[in-house]
Amino acid sequence: MTYQQKGGAAPPGAPAPTMPAVPPQAPPPGPQVRSAVPDTGPPRRTAWAEGVDQLRAAATTEPGRLRIIGAVLALLVVAFGAVTAWEMTDRSAAADDVLHSSQPLSADAAEIYRSLADANTAASSGFLAGGQETKASRDLYEKDINNAAEKLVTAAANSEPGSASEKTITKLNRMLPEYKGLVERARANNRQGFPLGGAYLRYANSKMQVMLEDAEHLYTVENQRLRADYDDATPYPWIAIGAGVLAIGGLAWAQHRNYRRTNRVLNHGLVAATAASTVVLLWLVVGHSVARSGLNDSYDNAVRSLNTLNDARIASLKARGNENLTLVARGAETRTEGTGANKKTLDVFDEDYETQMKALTTKLAAAEGLADDSAGMKPVKAATANMKVWKERHKEARTQDNLGNYQGALDRVIGSNDKKPTGECFENVDTALATAIKHEETEFKQAAGDGRGAMNGLVVGAAVLAVLAAAGAVLGIGRRLSEYR
Amino acid sequence: MNARRLRTSLRGWGGVGAMAVVCALAAVFALLLPVSQSREDGGTGADGQGVAQGSQAKAEKCPDPQNQSLSPDSGPQDGVNVQRIKEKGFLTVGVDQNSYRFGYRDPNSTSKKAQLEGFDIDLVHAIADEILGEKDAEVHFQAIPTSERIPAIQRGDVDMVVRTMTINCDRLELVAFSSPYFETGQQVLAPKKSDIKGYDETLAGQRICSASGSIALDKLKADLGSVIPKSADISTVVPNQLDCLVRLQLGEVDAVVTDGALAASQAAQDPTVELKGEPFTDEYYGVAMKKGATDLIRRVNQILVDYRKADWQKSYDTWLAGTLGKGDGPPPVQYK
Repeated sequence: MTYQQKGGAAPPGAPAPTMPAVPPQAPPPGPQVRSAVPDTGPPRRTAWAEGVDQLRAAATTEPGRLRIIGAVLALLVVAFGAVTAWEMTDRSAAADDVLHSSQPLSADAAEIYRSLADANTAASSGFLAGGQETKASRDLYEKDINNAAEKLVTAAANSEPGSASEKTITKLNRMLPEYKGLVERARANNRQGFPLGGAYLRYANSKMQVMLEDAEHLYTVENQRLRADYDDATPYPWIAIGAGVLAIGGLAWAQHRNYRRTNRVLNHGLVAATAASTVVLLWLVVGHSVARSGLNDSYDNAVRSLNTLNDARIASLKARGNENLTLVARGAETRTEGTGANKKTLDVFDEDYETQMKALTTKLAAAEGLADDSAGMKPVKAATANMKVWKERHKEARTQDNLGNYQGALDRVIGSNDKKPTGECFENVDTALATAIKHEETEFKQAAGDGRGAMNGLVVGAAVLAVLAAAGAVLGIGRRLSEYR
Repeated sequence: MNARRLRTSLRGWGGVGAMAVVCALAAVFALLLPVSQSREDGGTGADGQGVAQGSQAKAEKCPDPQNQSLSPDSGPQDGVNVQRIKEKGFLTVGVDQNSYRFGYRDPNSTSKKAQLEGFDIDLVHAIADEILGEKDAEVHFQAIPTSERIPAIQRGDVDMVVRTMTINCDRLELVAFSSPYFETGQQVLAPKKSDIKGYDETLAGQRICSASGSIALDKLKADLGSVIPKSADISTVVPNQLDCLVRLQLGEVDAVVTDGALAASQAAQDPTVELKGEPFTDEYYGVAMKKGATDLIRRVNQILVDYRKADWQKSYDTWLAGTLGKGDGPPPVQYK
């Protein structure tokens, strides 16, 4: 009560009950307070020094202190809300990117890669069938080429101008018609019965190998982008959490001080502010934890599986392409290994087939380890089983070819199913892997969507609640201040 | 009277006719020139590898590998090896299916059995008919890859290999050869319109294609700056000689160097290219058989003696004359 006059002197400048936070910062009350105490001051002082002086002066009186406390609390709460909104905006934008941009783009890149490899395989199968090339095989080839071209357009639209990805896409766009031209020439010569057709197909294949390398690069870059988006979306918002703890701590301290001074337990405004801040903090921690676990789950259980499955599928496509080309080339491309008595002449395509089969075996084993449910496990197991049969049949086909029974080898590779061809196994592997990929993609959408959903409303909610909490804090302090009137 | 008639006809159509004859002779001569020296190793570029090594070894190890076969009269022709073939009733032969006009399988063939055709295949039928003593004797063709040619003989999977196989010293250590049945040599192939005239200074500034590990590549490297101008670009090296025709058609190279027989096989697939100039190496194809199967070797050499008389030319005319010209018959034979 002793400060009543002074307290009365301060308020006129500002509507104290509603906005007690403003006074310490607002100039009008300042000069009055200052002029009330030391009439004469140093003539030239900085605004900062004056502000500090004012605060110091205000801190000597209880209403002044209350104003400062109110201002600080409001600031803390608003800062908490702002930091929360800022950090969560970043994270939810990154999570959005994961769900709607980088994963689909990564899937697109995988699709370009797969379509190209598939087109190459279809071209070689059709070639082996010669004049008896089926409509299905022709259609598949065309579909793959169209698919790759379409996805390249999407990829081009999403790549940054001047980036390495853009250059790769441009190169792929340029090479695709070149490749197609060579395949057409191969077909035309093959139809005439010229072995030159095989040479053209091998040339087309070597072009495709360059394209596949580029497509793989594109796929890797997109995967890195996806990983980076995950890394942006999942870390805990430590600054916001720290700010929240600070704001709630401040509010608690203010209430404790209030209780000590007045013996009153509850100050409605402060309690409301504390409640609102606590809700924001809990929402932030729980919401982000849920989002994070959803996203991590989508990465660990879906994206990693997807990558492995895509790798496996491409390995199987490459293996199939090489298996076909071994018969197209008929020993036209060889490589010698070793010297002297150990010198061996190896068929380039047969060797490539073995390499890709090894890759397929490894990737399928990895995919089996990564599959987290029976729906994901089943197709992978089916693919593995078919791959084993494929390997056995391939061995038979090679034996026949090496014995000179070319027709027999051909039957065992592209023949009708009663001849037990490797083509049947390859198709089964491909279908099984496609099923597995579809399953993992659904899982991804589910988990990442859940994760993204947990962040929903957090930004707006935090902002609104923080404003409410700040208002509560100000009102609560104002309630106390009004007692000094 | 006769003299007057001759004079009048010479004055009239005869003059034109005579000029036509001279032109025709010139044309035949021009065709014969490249042909007579133009043949080599058939099959695939991979074969060239063996050839290349063989040719390098040739100079050191053995002088004329094509003249190392047994004379038909040097011993029995009806020993255990020939008897075995007669007993089983068919001949098993390793052939190529990739060499157009020599041994080639038509991809559009609708017959259940792989249809093989070409100069090598004709020879196989002749040998089978003679050994088994019947027309259209049964032959089991085994289309073996290049790398399997020698192992297939050594394992006894096949009785013989007729597969554009050049007789060389390295191979003579592993298998036995018949007397040579075809002569060939490295040659230049270029578009008909091209200014390239052969393996000479007209290759200046031209891009030349050759198969990796082939004799052609070795020769080009050795002759660059001497026989052929330094400005020739010989950097295009492809896995298989046929790939050179692909590059030529795509305009990536201006000329191809490969052996004449294979060049002819390429020309048969593209009417816009032709052999230019004369062959500049000598190579011979032989029938490869198991080492030590002396009776069979003599028998095959005997069959070749007869084959060279008429059938050789018939087969040549069917498959090779179109691109190699009339040629001057089978290569000369000399036995060990």
